[in-house]
Amino acid sequence: MSNNASEYWKANLRLVSILLVIWFVCSYLFGIILVDTLNKIHIGGVGLGFWFAQQGSIYTFLILIFVYAKMMTKIDRKFDVHED
Amino acid sequence: MDLKTLTYITVGGSFLLYIGIAIWARARTTGEFYVAGKGVHPVANGMATAADWMSAASFISMAGLIAFKGYDASVYLMGWTGGYVLLAMLLAPYLRKFGKFTVPEFIGERYYSQAARIVAVICLIVASITYVIGQMKGVGVAFSRFLEVDFTHGVLIGMAIVFFYAVLGGMKGITYTQIAQYVVLIFAYTIPAIFISLQLTGNPIPQLGLSSSMADHSMYMMDKLNLVITDLGFEKYTEMKGTSLNLVLLTLSLMIGTAGLPHVIIRFFTVPKVADARISTFWALVFIAILYTTAPAVGSMARLNLTTTIQTGEVGQPTANLMYEQRPSWFKNWEKTGLLKFEDKNGDGRIQYYNDKNKDFAAKAAGWGWKGNEMTTIDNDIMVLANPEIASLPNWVIALVAAGGLAAALSTAAGLLLAISSSISHDLLKGVFKPDISEKHELLAGRFAMAGAIIISGYLGMHPPGFAAQVVALAFGLAASSIFPALMLGIFYKKMNNTGAVVGMLTGLSVTLVYIFIYKGWFFIPGSNNLPNDAANWWMGIQPESFGAVGALLNFIVAFVVAKLTTPPPDHIQHLVEDIRVPKGAGAATSH
Repeated sequence: MSNNASEYWKANLRLVSILLVIWFVCSYLFGIILVDTLNKIHIGGVGLGFWFAQQGSIYTFLILIFVYAKMMTKIDRKFDVHED
Repeated sequence: MDLKTLTYITVGGSFLLYIGIAIWARARTTGEFYVAGKGVHPVANGMATAADWMSAASFISMAGLIAFKGYDASVYLMGWTGGYVLLAMLLAPYLRKFGKFTVPEFIGERYYSQAARIVAVICLIVASITYVIGQMKGVGVAFSRFLEVDFTHGVLIGMAIVFFYAVLGGMKGITYTQIAQYVVLIFAYTIPAIFISLQLTGNPIPQLGLSSSMADHSMYMMDKLNLVITDLGFEKYTEMKGTSLNLVLLTLSLMIGTAGLPHVIIRFFTVPKVADARISTFWALVFIAILYTTAPAVGSMARLNLTTTIQTGEVGQPTANLMYEQRPSWFKNWEKTGLLKFEDKNGDGRIQYYNDKNKDFAAKAAGWGWKGNEMTTIDNDIMVLANPEIASLPNWVIALVAAGGLAAALSTAAGLLLAISSSISHDLLKGVFKPDISEKHELLAGRFAMAGAIIISGYLGMHPPGFAAQVVALAFGLAASSIFPALMLGIFYKKMNNTGAVVGMLTGLSVTLVYIFIYKGWFFIPGSNNLPNDAANWWMGIQPESFGAVGALLNFIVAFVVAKLTTPPPDHIQHLVEDIRVPKGAGAATSH
């Protein structure tokens, strides 16, 4: 693998790892593992843990994919591996 | 106009719309069958993917499971959306760069092996057939209700229509039809939700209604629901009933299953650019999220309305239970399907709906002369379809929901059947066993495969191993344990070789399948299970639906160890992996 390509791959893996940590935290951690603790905090009529499990995690997933797509376009250009 | 006529008109009209668009669009896109996504804006492609993806499980079944399982059903919400994060970041862009059309093709080429390709086809067929069983259950529920026949006949009619629909074939591949299906489906789902949220909480946005107060400001909607059902001995809606381990494993298995299901992945093979594959996943999830964030409101409000319809006043007051003779028309209609059953155990002519498995409460209830829960069957899968009727919404809304449910079930069933038939006729027959087969015979073999798959899944759909969403969850477990690890290792681990991948896929699939069969019956045939399907008998307390995550983990470990012990892949394969990791130079997807 050329130097540039392997640097690009590293940058990609770094970004994906950060985003997947957030993915894990907002669903498994907030929505399931810590649900009882978070439920002590209320948003309106539901506990925060319950809210993350049924609403918040989905909104977070959307943000994550959007950020990934935007950041990758930038990284593609930075390492000059973009299309067209 | 009466409800029946209105339903016929709405369902018939929506079918005509799809067929009309298919004919109109086909004429303009001749020869571009495979690249339906090409030249289509990522937003439109995302909408079509959402229609393809959301099936009877999402539309008909999921909110019903939420209604009766409460918090525990959150796994379906997180699992079926969180998978898109994995798809976007771990698979879609690379598979697009690779530039082939089917999952077995990628696996066959990446692992330089026909055996790997055949194993991938087998995994794909097993997962897809299981998936179609779930759809058949959903289609059966929808047809039995709106034709007012019993459930078995509903499934039979559904089988005939799915066959017709799938044989029309090309229609499915056309993005514009799917956009129309999405529009019908999402209106059908959200309009009743808006009405009901307004009725109950005064807030027209169901996502906000979920956490709002009741319209009379007496208390929060969720507190009211908890109160109403715990008063009848049921468990609190918002509390965890299962174990964290099962919830985590099921969520994981649904997520990686999403990223391993062939009919979803295929949508990202055909977008014009790698960057489009990334952003298309975003748009697909936007359109999916509209339904998925509405579902929790639909489920909780349906449960509240159902309970207060039957238990009209203070629990224990003799007059607070609905008179059976005064039951509303939706109740009578669903009784005809056999999916809702009432038995007057204490002969008082009133309906007692409560949790008689709760010993303390059952004892208390006996004091009021209650002799057991009289709602002997409430199939969870009827809730979404019954919901607008329970809330007394106008007939046109009820008719629209029927059309939406059928659109969801039929589009996905047809898509999966096409995937099954093409993998048998194209990947297996033409690709491996009989390369000189004529196009005509290939098509014929595909039709036979499709008919066979419909008969098997229809039969099993009549005695399904669970509610539609649970059966579909099994399919995801199978996809998760077999296909996802092979794809991911193929991209992220350059040294993964053919033997490792094949042994890994076979291990993941067989372990998961055997675990499911032990508890759900061999080949899902009712009564053939070795152990009763309950928590006491599960290995480490893991339910069959959640086992796909364990299968996937085993697949990863076995593949890795075997690859370490055997010859690494040849240089040209390692170069291929390096090449798919960078977007530059992605051409249009090519045929074999």
